[in-house]
Amino acid sequence: MLQADSGGPVPVPRDTGARRISVFLSRHPRLRLSLLLSAPLFWLGLVYIVALAALLITALWTVDTFTGTITQTWTLDNIVTVLTGSLYQTVTLRTLGIAVVVTVVDILVALPIAFYMAKVASTRWQRVLVIAVLMPLWASYLVKAYAWRSVLSSDGIVDWLVAPFGGQTPGYGLPATVITLAYLWLPYVILPIYAGLERVPDSLLEASGDLGGRTGSTLRLIVLPMIWPAIIAGSIFSFSLTLGDYITVNIVGGANQMLGNLVYTNVGAANNLPLAAAIALIPIVIIFGYLAAVRRTGALDNL
Amino acid sequence: MNRHAPHRNSRLTALTGLAIALIALLTACGTTTSGATKPTASAPTALGANEGAVSILAWPGYVEDGSNDPTVDWVSAFQDETGCKVTSKTYGTSDEAFNLMKTGDYDVVAASGDASLRLVAAGDVAPVNTDLIPNYAGIYDFLKLQAWNSVDGVSYGIPHGYGANLLMYNKDVVTPAPTSWDVVFDKSSAYKGKVTAYDSPIYIADAAMYLMKHQPDLGIKNPYALDEKQLAAAVDLLKQQRPNIGEYWSDYLKSVQSFETGDTVVGTTWQVIRNSLAAGTAAEVTVPSEGVTGWSDTWMIASKAAHPNCAYAWLNYIASPKANAQATEYFGEAPSNQKACEFMTDPNQCATYHAGDADYASKIWYWTTPIAKCVDGRTDVTCTDYAAWTTAWQEIKG
Repeated sequence: MLQADSGGPVPVPRDTGARRISVFLSRHPRLRLSLLLSAPLFWLGLVYIVALAALLITALWTVDTFTGTITQTWTLDNIVTVLTGSLYQTVTLRTLGIAVVVTVVDILVALPIAFYMAKVASTRWQRVLVIAVLMPLWASYLVKAYAWRSVLSSDGIVDWLVAPFGGQTPGYGLPATVITLAYLWLPYVILPIYAGLERVPDSLLEASGDLGGRTGSTLRLIVLPMIWPAIIAGSIFSFSLTLGDYITVNIVGGANQMLGNLVYTNVGAANNLPLAAAIALIPIVIIFGYLAAVRRTGALDNL
Repeated sequence: MNRHAPHRNSRLTALTGLAIALIALLTACGTTTSGATKPTASAPTALGANEGAVSILAWPGYVEDGSNDPTVDWVSAFQDETGCKVTSKTYGTSDEAFNLMKTGDYDVVAASGDASLRLVAAGDVAPVNTDLIPNYAGIYDFLKLQAWNSVDGVSYGIPHGYGANLLMYNKDVVTPAPTSWDVVFDKSSAYKGKVTAYDSPIYIADAAMYLMKHQPDLGIKNPYALDEKQLAAAVDLLKQQRPNIGEYWSDYLKSVQSFETGDTVVGTTWQVIRNSLAAGTAAEVTVPSEGVTGWSDTWMIASKAAHPNCAYAWLNYIASPKANAQATEYFGEAPSNQKACEFMTDPNQCATYHAGDADYASKIWYWTTPIAKCVDGRTDVTCTDYAAWTTAWQEIKG
């Protein structure tokens, strides 16, 4: 059959073991696919699924408060505590609120910067700006958070700047937490939006202008729909990173605590790993919900 | 909606199946390893030859071999003297120490009172035969056989040093100078947003100590032995304090900074924090009329110590006047050895920390782990334990 197709004599390959396996695999595409995928899937399973499953299982155990050892009897107590305790509801709502505000602030700040970088700046300046945006990532997270601590302190630079106008520093608290987190995650929001804007052809903007579209309508009707997936990608970074954070709120958050702090104190101070695992499930559920909501908008289709 | 949907669903099913299989597997592994250790170890009656090595878990600054600062070294002398090579690890909180001791990797631990009883209860540390430690005789009597280093008259370690949680205030803002803890409790609203408190469940004892004087009808005899009703009263007091708190501290450098900048003007502190403030900071410390809580650290020996003889050698060495002076002076606390003051490089050190001042020391309620069996000796009620305090503390912070 093969000879007939190619129109000339082709040497018949030797019938080796490898060849037989190869033939077998080519006739069974599903088996081939599963073998190809099994290695990466095994790794994915080990790192993600097993970790999540371990978390879930731990949440179903309890701790002997006297000796501090984990008792492996099955109970839903921790989950019930986390779902019904007013402390956990308050802290969950606070954490969610902070995550939403940080995300909105980051997108609002990132959009003009990314637009300038992608569409206005010269190629040379574009490079400089990308480096400038990436530069804060070279500094340690802690250094930046402590820097904001001194900036926002009552004899810090913010107070000094606004004092002539009768203002004063917001001090340590939720506003300081939002400011610091928004600063920390800004590069992660700017970069995807910048990449998205780069893919918007200039010709579309020009065509819109030629057809009488004003700047506002061009941005709203042409640019925004095209970079929507990029905005969503950026928001996933800032939203999920904020949900899990506990260090910034410790440094500039005054007396407030977030979900991460509850996990931290339950692992560290209270030695209650099962309850910590149950609390850790909250942000996981929230982020799954967020991803599901995002998927419904169709923003992930082009990723 | 999407032509790939069926595939996605089948993939999802496969992943779910995988997850369930793994859960089943882990469950099978999990149920075979339960069982808690009970305190069974007893103290040795005689020592053998040193094993040549000892592994120590301690607060930062307690085991210095010159690697942090060449001039700060009391480990080398011990190694030369006993032939026990020291490996050490530092920890940041009592809870971390408690968890690390569970690994069984350490022969000796320097534990504060809020960890020591838990270590005893978990069976991680063994009784210490003080007859085998000649330098024990030199320790201040008021530190021996206390609730945080002994159980039923059995010593579980050697006192190391102690200090108090003092009231610090900004002299420019807080006038007149406070003589009571009421500036951080009942009258804290005057300094709204500028009050600080120690960020640990053990701080509940400070509120309980305040209530001992101000609400005597609650019947609190010891701030570490609170029944349900007494704990609720302390929690209420701390919840009233909460809106006026600027921030809680557990990292002492954070507290130093906020007093220097004026973000905090009043709150609980340690002597070492006062000493670390930049010159010119208008802050002063005082011992309020209600008394103070404090900490007294204990060198303890692991119940499964691999090098018990070297562990005893270390306990004896660190209780000696010279080593005790070096270690407590470096950290900034009162020494436990009566003769340590003679070896301090700063002659005012002992006065600053009120070393040996039994009257000062008697005003201190030393950190003790709250346990269900009331530490004040009551037997008609069950006391709230540390887990209950931790839950309460999280609810106070909100």
